[in-house]
Amino acid sequence: MYAYDELDRTLINERVSEFRDQVKRRLSGELTEDEFKILRLQNGVYLQLHAYMFRVAIPYGTLSSKQMRRLAHVARRYDRGYGHFTTRQNIQFNWIKLAELPDALAELAEVGIHAMQTSGNNMRNVTSDQWAGVAPGEVEDPRIWSEILRQHTTLHPEFSFLPRKFKIAITASEHDRAAIKIHDIGLRLHKNADGEIGFEVLVGGGLGRTPFIAKTIKPFVHGRDILSYVEAILRVYNQYGRRDNIYKARIKILVHELGIEKFAREVEEEWKQMGHSALTLDHSAIEEVRSRFSYPAYEKLPHMPDELKQAAADPLFERWRKNSVAPHKVQGYSIVTLSLKPVGGPPGDATADQMDAIADLADRYSFGEIRVGHEQNLALPHVAKRDLPQLWRALDRLGLATPNVNLVTDIIACPGLDYCSLANARSIPIAQELTRRFANHDTANMIGRLHINISGCINACGHHHVGHIGILGVEKNGEEFYQITIGGRADENAQMGVLIGPAVPYAEVADVIEDIVEAYLALRDRPEELFVDTVKRLGVEPFKERVYATR
Amino acid sequence: MTSPLEQKKIRITGPSVVTANRTWDGAVVYRTAQQGWSTALSEAAIVSTSDDARALLAEGVADDVGAVGAYIAPVELKGGAIKPGNLREHIRSKGVTIDLLPA
Repeated sequence: MYAYDELDRTLINERVSEFRDQVKRRLSGELTEDEFKILRLQNGVYLQLHAYMFRVAIPYGTLSSKQMRRLAHVARRYDRGYGHFTTRQNIQFNWIKLAELPDALAELAEVGIHAMQTSGNNMRNVTSDQWAGVAPGEVEDPRIWSEILRQHTTLHPEFSFLPRKFKIAITASEHDRAAIKIHDIGLRLHKNADGEIGFEVLVGGGLGRTPFIAKTIKPFVHGRDILSYVEAILRVYNQYGRRDNIYKARIKILVHELGIEKFAREVEEEWKQMGHSALTLDHSAIEEVRSRFSYPAYEKLPHMPDELKQAAADPLFERWRKNSVAPHKVQGYSIVTLSLKPVGGPPGDATADQMDAIADLADRYSFGEIRVGHEQNLALPHVAKRDLPQLWRALDRLGLATPNVNLVTDIIACPGLDYCSLANARSIPIAQELTRRFANHDTANMIGRLHINISGCINACGHHHVGHIGILGVEKNGEEFYQITIGGRADENAQMGVLIGPAVPYAEVADVIEDIVEAYLALRDRPEELFVDTVKRLGVEPFKERVYATR
Repeated sequence: MTSPLEQKKIRITGPSVVTANRTWDGAVVYRTAQQGWSTALSEAAIVSTSDDARALLAEGVADDVGAVGAYIAPVELKGGAIKPGNLREHIRSKGVTIDLLPA
């Protein structure tokens, strides 16, 4: 966990006071909606179909149990008893009242939570690997660098009025769980030949109307220079990025239109002009941030405790363990993913009661720490293996032990037309129906790793372009239709999915997905060949043929 | 918010209402014939011509303190009742099409 200092606490509290005054002036009519809109967006407040939506920042997806309890309280006191964890590792409340928002913000501020820069044309929540700091083989904890970037970019005047929103993700593992290649800037922490810590810097990734995979702009930027290099990129973007057309305003368009080589030259020139600036991080500055992260006092524990050996006789426990428990860098410990994808449930939602219970379990089994993943699941990052059986029983009672992590029912979905004013079509009911179709866990296991991503519009909050199967809601003559893509992926081999054919109506989507999965099972050359690998080997044609032959 | 420019382009093809979100809590509201807002679609003022729609919208937009983002939405009149004219308006009027709480 990162402990905020006095400066952070003052900043957050001052922001609450400022927003309270802004809301008061809005409700009295002193501010018009046009004047107020940018102010509310800077505090994570959108206006959706039924109500205001309040997006709360969870920097790099790390939460304390105390913070989780406060989120539960906000859900219960100010909303309708639940919250929605997002692909940006944030949480959204869908039914909040503007008049009560300052009070909710004040209560969150007491535990170091805010909503700054969760919306608007500025630097959004810096995301990272939800297993940061505990994954085996990691170069180092990427959250240290996420925090340095968070501090530098929060309320930074030069980054507060960018041409468009700007997203950074950081990973420090070979396997990219942070989807860095679909971000405006992706940072891959690694060591150079001299053993120095630095970053491969990627730029220009993004989804939405015009999707691009990020390109490497510089293979190695020393850690001490990362702030200045990122700032150089942002300066070039701020200077040349388009402000006249919202659809062409993201940095991905600029990188595409200039070409990565020319863009890189511009950045290099800017960076050189900045010289050895105040942005160069000295060792003590990095260590100061590092020192504010606290790590558990791990015990020396056996690799295979007796409790785990005994529990292995229970097939239900074993199925969950194999699916939802991952290796930890410390012997005797595990990382446990809590599935927020129960059969028939809205993906990523958790009730206030569940949040409170998760906080209690985090205190009991995970040194009070919880993580949020961009896949809309949670994780307990420090669970002793001896505690796994007890934890599983508790999670099962709470509906949080569905053994479907990374399987066909672990669906990423945006709120869609049920909530969102931008959506063309519903996402959640499609996800719910698919989880019912594939509810049999043995079948899901037999299918293997398969990511379905659903977006209710082209803005792609459900990351449909990079789903192994992507589902995009569109509107045709007032009816909901869905385009299907296959073969996308968001990891270190990120690529966009390929459209298989004409959009299909709402009522046929689940049948089409079943057809695609059945085709895969018939086409894969061995059980270990993953869906995306079969698509890569054979292309989309066999799947297209299966789906459209009878339609 | 619908801009004045967009308002000039308004052409409706059937019965319509003006809807918005109430400023203090964001609730879905409909412009009434009494120059106020109601959360009940049944109390909405119905307009059937483009000129009337434009006038009702202008009235709604002018009440920036009461409601936000006013726009014209189609409705259907069935047996004396007012029904939302499309899925979006159905969801705004009746609520989400899923269970509110996670299963």
